[in-house]
Amino acid sequence: MIQIQRWKIIVVALLCVWGVLYALPSFMPRAVVDQLPRWLHADRINLGLDLQGGSHLLLEVDTRAVKVDRLQNLVDDVRVTFRNQRLNYTDLGVDGDAVSVRLRDLNDREKVGTALRGIDPAATVVVSPEGVARLTYTEKAWEDRFTAAIQQSLEIVRRRIDETGTREPTIVRHGKDRILVQLPGVDDPERIKRLLGTTAKMSFHLVDIRASQADIEAGRAPAGSMIVENDRAAPDGRRERLAVLRRVAVSGENLTDSQPTFNNGEPVVSFRFDAIGARKFAEVTTENTNKPFAILLDNRVISAPNIREPILGGSGIITGGFTVQSANELALLLRAGALPAPLKVLEERTVGPDLGSDSIRAGTVAIIIGYALIALLMVVGYGLFGIFANVTLILNIAFTIAIMAGLGATLTLPGLAGMVLGLAMSVDANVLIYERMREEERLGRSPFPAVDVSFQRAYVTIVDSNLTTLIAALFLYALGSGPVRGFAVTLGIGIACSMLTAVTVTRMLVVGWLKWAKPKQLPI
Amino acid sequence: MFRPVRLLSKVPKVDYFRFHKLCFALSVALCLISVVSIAVRGLNYGVDFAGGVLIEVRTPGAPDLAKMRADIGALNLGDVVLQDFGGSNDVLIRIERQTGGEDAEMAAVLKVRETLAKTLGGNVEYRRVEVVGPKVGGELIQDGILAVTFSLTGIMAYMAFRFGWRAGTAGVVAILHDCLTTVGLFSVTGLQFDLNVLAAVVTIAGISINDTVVIDDRIRENARKFKRMDFRELINLSVNQTMARTVVTNGLVFLATFALVLFGGPVLFGFSFAMLWGVIAGTYSTIYVAAPLEWYLSNRGKAHAKELQAEAGST
Repeated sequence: MIQIQRWKIIVVALLCVWGVLYALPSFMPRAVVDQLPRWLHADRINLGLDLQGGSHLLLEVDTRAVKVDRLQNLVDDVRVTFRNQRLNYTDLGVDGDAVSVRLRDLNDREKVGTALRGIDPAATVVVSPEGVARLTYTEKAWEDRFTAAIQQSLEIVRRRIDETGTREPTIVRHGKDRILVQLPGVDDPERIKRLLGTTAKMSFHLVDIRASQADIEAGRAPAGSMIVENDRAAPDGRRERLAVLRRVAVSGENLTDSQPTFNNGEPVVSFRFDAIGARKFAEVTTENTNKPFAILLDNRVISAPNIREPILGGSGIITGGFTVQSANELALLLRAGALPAPLKVLEERTVGPDLGSDSIRAGTVAIIIGYALIALLMVVGYGLFGIFANVTLILNIAFTIAIMAGLGATLTLPGLAGMVLGLAMSVDANVLIYERMREEERLGRSPFPAVDVSFQRAYVTIVDSNLTTLIAALFLYALGSGPVRGFAVTLGIGIACSMLTAVTVTRMLVVGWLKWAKPKQLPI
Repeated sequence: MFRPVRLLSKVPKVDYFRFHKLCFALSVALCLISVVSIAVRGLNYGVDFAGGVLIEVRTPGAPDLAKMRADIGALNLGDVVLQDFGGSNDVLIRIERQTGGEDAEMAAVLKVRETLAKTLGGNVEYRRVEVVGPKVGGELIQDGILAVTFSLTGIMAYMAFRFGWRAGTAGVVAILHDCLTTVGLFSVTGLQFDLNVLAAVVTIAGISINDTVVIDDRIRENARKFKRMDFRELINLSVNQTMARTVVTNGLVFLATFALVLFGGPVLFGFSFAMLWGVIAGTYSTIYVAAPLEWYLSNRGKAHAKELQAEAGST
């Protein structure tokens, strides 16, 4: 006689009830779920973007630009320091991953070492006996800088996307220098790509009035100035050029707010500085009244007005032939802040909501038909025990979905494939048990011992085959990317559940029935 | 209640070794064809692996493919393939990998959108846009190969631990046979090989190994029961005893997969098609590749007999 302890039956029954209740919300429309009583309010399963529609963007932070940017700043700092300390030098510039400078007077070596070390404590300074000083960073120091840049980019990307009002975006760091952005429901990501593709470094510069028009056309900038192009091209494709001072009068980092608004019926962008920015802006505008200045965005001129009067309040407007949309976008970018480095879109996958629902419909129909076929044939092949098997198959689906929903895992198309394989393994477990029963009965065993032996023997096989597949799923999860992982998750969960449903639950159903019906022969 | 149908009323007595040399030849031939085809013809990689752009649009009216082809062709984006899904208004546009890297590919999408907006008006529905830069494509291949290699090693280690190294080796050779011929099939037919198909290849490995484990398990059980039985006979007996299960399980999976091919829609087609072949190959390879190979690896059963003797001697 096989005994199954009562507490085990109760535990398994409770588990099954939990599984079904927890899985149910995933099959119901959201509106219905919201009306359910609180205790029934389970999480719904997350559908991947390939099933529900949406846009997936993989961005890369350009760490090389972080490096170039840092080295260029270092050059500027060195120039200022040397000037302040009246040190004579030549050949100041970026040399590979370092900033190098040659001293005119070898006696300055020690003084220079101290001065350079004062610029950035994180940098390594080497002064050669020939009088060449080099500033470099260790690998570790660069890594720290990159990490900081990526963290900051993540924050800026999040702010920019939040500003667009996208529902439930997922923005996470991915690998070393990447950012993964998932936007459910977005089927035209062009606007967001444009927003993310702009670094949005804003700066205010004075226009260099020493430069002649001929110099500007020839691209010759006076010392301390640079030639910049206008952001908007003329109808013939040419861009107006301007010479501005290299020195930043006020930086966009000092902006606290920016809004799109209208001035004389024209869309403009208003801005407000923080205390430091306001003071600097007041100084510059007071000293340079009636001179032109330029507002640069990513080193392109977006506006170059004359300073009519000192601006003391720390706020102003940018006019520059904006459309309502471009004014909106610029204000958004300025509010959200500048990216520390340009972002590059490495991968885009956008699925329209219709295709998503089409493929989920086709997939669901196919799986239901496949499942109905299996269910039917299990009954044809194993009669009552086939019905038991079908109960456990339904439980298996319920458990898989309940666990996925509980873990917050995402169901994707390859994930559905993993579920199918998990179901196949579950069917196989039942078939192994039932075929074994037939064999044992053929050997002349009566029902109870036959069932007992069959479960014991089949159990070994099932554990072996499930563990083998589980090992494969683990490796796929650990090493695979996106879709392969989705497959591994559902497969792993499906197999784990099948150990409970196809073995334990089937056993309880079969043994329970045997005790109740006391058959002379197995109905199989 | 009615009497359940039994496909096999008694344990069959088939000698699976009778044709095993022929089957070895067939398997080797299939694998060779696959290798040669993959080497010569290569694979029709999808955007996932090859990089490039894939756009699926639904046009307001019946699409004029020739005109669309000319319009998009005029953009100078290199190799452009347009394909319709017969009867529907959906058109699949595939643009080859751009030489300018990721930025050039994003620009290409923008150009196509602009062109279609101009020629077809604003009512074009973008059902799917996939842009995969060269960097990501390369990584996907690398990750995929790495993941599959390690899972196969893991499977081999577990099988070696449970059933001995010969079963482990034979099992993995069978999996490799199934995976290789599946990939080969995609190379020969020129069907698109994308991430979903890779998922199918892994699924096939799962089904194949499951089959092999079931039979190996029975061999182990029988070896304890019939200590003097010749290894070849033992394998035959085990395959025969589990034949009912093999027919039922694999038959059911085959039917379910067939439903997927028929009703799963175009997105799932590659996956389902690969699976269909995989179920057949997986069933065949367990019986005609793994089992006889294990016999050869045990030096035609001699090693097996020796082990049994040693075991008997020590107890």
